[in-house]
Amino acid sequence: MNRVIQVFTKESFLVPLFAIILGLVVGALAMLAGGFNPLLAYESLVVKVFGDLYNFGEAIRQITPLIFTGLAVAFAFRTGLFNIGAEGQFIMGMLGAVYVGVAFDLPPIIHAVVAIIVGALMGGIWAGIAGYLKAARGVHEVITSIMLNWIGMYFANYILNAFLVPKGQQRSEIVHDSAVITLQALSNFLGGARVHWGTPLALICAVIFFIILWKTKTGYELRAVGLNPHASEYAGMSVNRNIVKAMFISGLFAGLGGACETLGVFHYLAVMSAMPGYGFDGIAVALIGGNTPIGIVLGAFLFGALSYGAAGMKFSAGVPIELIRIVISSVIFFVAAHGIVRYLLKPILAKRKEEGR
Amino acid sequence: MDWLVLGSNLIHDTIVFSTALIFAALGGLYSERSGVVNIGLEGMMVIGAFTGAVCTFFMQPFFEPGSVIPAWIGFVAAIVAGAIFSLPHAVASITFKADQTVSGVALNFLAAGLSVYLTKILFHGAGQTTTLTSVFSKWHIPGLSEIPFFGHAIFEAYPTSYLAFIAVAITWFLLFKTSYGLRLRSVGEHPRAADTAGINVFRVRYNAVMISGALAAMGGATIALTTTSNFSHNTISGQGYIALAALIFGKWRPVGVMWAALFFGIGQAAKSLIQILGLAEYVPTELIYMLPYILTVIVLAGFVGRTNAPAASGKPYETGSR
Repeated sequence: MNRVIQVFTKESFLVPLFAIILGLVVGALAMLAGGFNPLLAYESLVVKVFGDLYNFGEAIRQITPLIFTGLAVAFAFRTGLFNIGAEGQFIMGMLGAVYVGVAFDLPPIIHAVVAIIVGALMGGIWAGIAGYLKAARGVHEVITSIMLNWIGMYFANYILNAFLVPKGQQRSEIVHDSAVITLQALSNFLGGARVHWGTPLALICAVIFFIILWKTKTGYELRAVGLNPHASEYAGMSVNRNIVKAMFISGLFAGLGGACETLGVFHYLAVMSAMPGYGFDGIAVALIGGNTPIGIVLGAFLFGALSYGAAGMKFSAGVPIELIRIVISSVIFFVAAHGIVRYLLKPILAKRKEEGR
Repeated sequence: MDWLVLGSNLIHDTIVFSTALIFAALGGLYSERSGVVNIGLEGMMVIGAFTGAVCTFFMQPFFEPGSVIPAWIGFVAAIVAGAIFSLPHAVASITFKADQTVSGVALNFLAAGLSVYLTKILFHGAGQTTTLTSVFSKWHIPGLSEIPFFGHAIFEAYPTSYLAFIAVAITWFLLFKTSYGLRLRSVGEHPRAADTAGINVFRVRYNAVMISGALAAMGGATIALTTTSNFSHNTISGQGYIALAALIFGKWRPVGVMWAALFFGIGQAAKSLIQILGLAEYVPTELIYMLPYILTVIVLAGFVGRTNAPAASGKPYETGSR
């Protein structure tokens, strides 16, 4: 028990925790300003997520892509790169998977596996472009990957309209049954919630994330470049090659997320007028999770549940769902500016030190 | 089709679309010249567009229909809102030495969420404001607008476009001809030396970030009050980041930034050109929409000049550090 308490009072845990609390407080203030009841809103949010099996299953569906994009953003962070383009890579993953799912005829399982791999590779290549431009031309990855988000969205729309969407419709044909990755038995148990193989795959990816970064030579190099590019270069590592590699792997995670979302949830891809948003939330997930695999899974759970529960908040308390965007961005802000959190925590931390003596 | 008319139209449209980029890129220039990276330009533009549109909307009933005064009130309100909205970024990156890129991105997301949230509250659940009746109309400069070719191209622009070019001149003068500019640049190049010389690094940076927010908001308000006549979630779609690209392409210099912004404006102006020329049948619309973003990537990739950034840009300053 003592050890548990120790873990819970560690500063590395306290800061994200307080960032979350501050984020929720900002959200509550925004609700008060808008004339809503924040307590009712947050309560209905929790009820929506945990109220019944169906909604819980749907919340899991919402959480799954965030694990993928969280891993993607965190992987790049570990190499000192800010992959704000997980959004575009996610879209490319969806596109690759839906293309294989609709246009190819393959035996069951193999079809799904091929579709997922193609989706992941598309995401990886899309991120790799930003990595290459950073390594070879010195262009800041934030700007290129943001631009690639827009380009990716319009590119996907173009491919959809040109090849996959039946005339007069706004979405692609349904992928063949052989490519669908729904977890049918579990879905039946959860009252038809759209749960799929992407969830276990996401958890496996979290383990792979750990193994690559901490148990392989490649991962050692990637982290070294992230911590100190100059020292790494001096030690004989190629900083440029590691940048491209890190972005590629990062994009693989995001692309996987997109592929699983298409094959597991919707089974089609609609023409987009706005970004799906999973990539952006992935940034919050990675930051709140401290770029560690367990932290990311927990962070994805938190933000996925918040996003899913927002619908309940709208239903019971009338709060526009964008409120959750305010909460999530505030959390990102407070994690980035952890100095503010530390400053607010000062009395608590100082007290702890005294007691420790 | 008369090619002269076409060329004149292209320049005209380029100026229309570049105006917001010029404002925002100039905003970025103040901030980055003082040593604070401002990825948050996009969010500050969103806040500007939102405030501009909403204030104009609620001012409209107080003036006769079609009056342009509400639009000006909205524009000024946007400037104030932009300066205020930039404060969290300043506090985080200057006082609390946060990662400036992440803090800026957080601000962008906050702006996106906050503006739509407030829009839905103010407009009874609608995701966008009602179409504005009071918006800026183009000013024909007497005499000059009669000049063949250049008259229509340059002297029939929105008032905000003229303001943007004036802002370029003012920024150039401020930056290179006044002691304020010298302080700003020295803080961005070598804060320690500036501190030793008695300059308050923190104050200069706060100042610069707030100017940055005000200018970016002017850019956002320009879009809402000239081209779209309302505010919705996609009124600002990446222009803040394109403005950052213009800042880099323009080598952090006011006039260079202006040319870069004009260049990126062509990407958007080309949209309407393609439609006028009747090429829309042959070119998929999606590719046309992609154009400004592709142009930005290509230009940045083809442009090698990494050493131009202000030396201390992105680095928090700690008193006593070397």
